[in-house]
Amino acid sequence: MSDAKRRGLTVFFAGFAFVALVLAGAVSYLADSDPDGLDHATQKGCTVSEVDGKEQLDGQCVAQSAKDHALADGPMADYKPGGSDGLTGLAGVVGVVATFAVAGGLFWLLRKRSDRPEPSSET
Amino acid sequence: MHMSDGLLNAGTSVLFGAVAVIGVAVAMAGSRRDLDDRTAPLAGLVAAFVFAAQMLNFPVLPGVSGHLLGGALAAILVGPWVGALCVTIVLVIQSLLFADGGLTALGANVTNMALIGTVVGYVVAVALRGLARRSRAGLVGVAFVAAFVNTVVASAGFVLEFAIGGDAGGVSFGGVAGTVLGVHCLIGIGEGVITALTVGAVASVRPDLVYLLRGNEKPLEIREGARHE
Repeated sequence: MSDAKRRGLTVFFAGFAFVALVLAGAVSYLADSDPDGLDHATQKGCTVSEVDGKEQLDGQCVAQSAKDHALADGPMADYKPGGSDGLTGLAGVVGVVATFAVAGGLFWLLRKRSDRPEPSSET
Repeated sequence: MHMSDGLLNAGTSVLFGAVAVIGVAVAMAGSRRDLDDRTAPLAGLVAAFVFAAQMLNFPVLPGVSGHLLGGALAAILVGPWVGALCVTIVLVIQSLLFADGGLTALGANVTNMALIGTVVGYVVAVALRGLARRSRAGLVGVAFVAAFVNTVVASAGFVLEFAIGGDAGGVSFGGVAGTVLGVHCLIGIGEGVITALTVGAVASVRPDLVYLLRGNEKPLEIREGARHE
C-alpha cells in the first residue's frame, strides 16, 4: 500500500467514524419513540401507560409475560444516562465507541497478518 | 426487534442460545480469511455504524416505529461471517450496557438479527451480484432488496421461536405472527433505504472496500491492486 493510498484510507475511516458519532450523538434525538414493530405486536391488546416512570400494561397481550431487564437499573439503561432523556446522545456516543472498541479489537486479533510473508508486493 | 426476557420459555431460550453460540463460532472461523489490516478496522466501524443506525427509530405506522437491523448492510460491506459478528457485538453491547434486549433472550435475538438476517441478506445480495457489479444503481437496488428480505425473514425468526416456546397469553398466535410479519414488511422498506444509501455512499468513495463487489480472483488480489497504482 502506498503512502497516499494509506492516507486516503485513514481519511475514509475517519469520515465513517464521524458519521456514526453524529448519528448516535445528535440525530438520535430525532428518533421516533413509539414502540418498534415487535413491541407493537407483543403489546397488542394491552393499553400502555406510564406509572412512576415504569411501563404499565393493562389487558391481554403477549408482552404481559415480559420481564424487566436484569440490568434495567444500570447507569445507562434504556439509553438514558442517569435516567435522563436529555443525555441520549451521550449514551449513543458511548455505545459507538464501545462497539468500535470491542468489534475493532476482536477483528484486529482475528485478522490475517500481512506484515510477515509478503513476497510479491515488496519490489 | 429486540425481544425482552420472558417472552420465550426457558427451554426455547436455551435452545436458541445454543444456536447463537454455534452460529457465532462458525462466523468467527469463517471471518479469519476476510479480515486483514484494511478490513479489520473497516469492520469495526461497520459495527459502530450499525449500533448508531439502530438508535434511529423511524415511523412506519401511527404509533409504530422500526429501526435498522443491519445484517444485509454489514454483509454487503464486510462479508457474511464478519457481518454476523458485527451485528452480534452490537446486540451484546445493547443488552449489557443499555438493557436493550433481554439477557436470556440474547440467543434468540442474535439468531434472528445477526445470523438469519445477515445470512439471508447476503444470499440475496450474492444471487443478484451480477446486477450489483454492472452499475452503481444496480448495487444500490441490490442493497435495498437484500435489506428488505433480511428484515422480513429475521422477523419470521421471531415467529418461529414464539411458535416453539412463546406464551401467547390468551392472544391468538396467528394475530401476533401476522402483525409481526406485516409491520416488518414496512420496516424492511426503511431498512432497504438506509442500507441502499449507506452502501451507495461507501461505493461512491471506496468501491474497493465493498465486499460484494470483490472479485473471485483472491490469490491475484494483491498483484492486481499493485499493478494499477
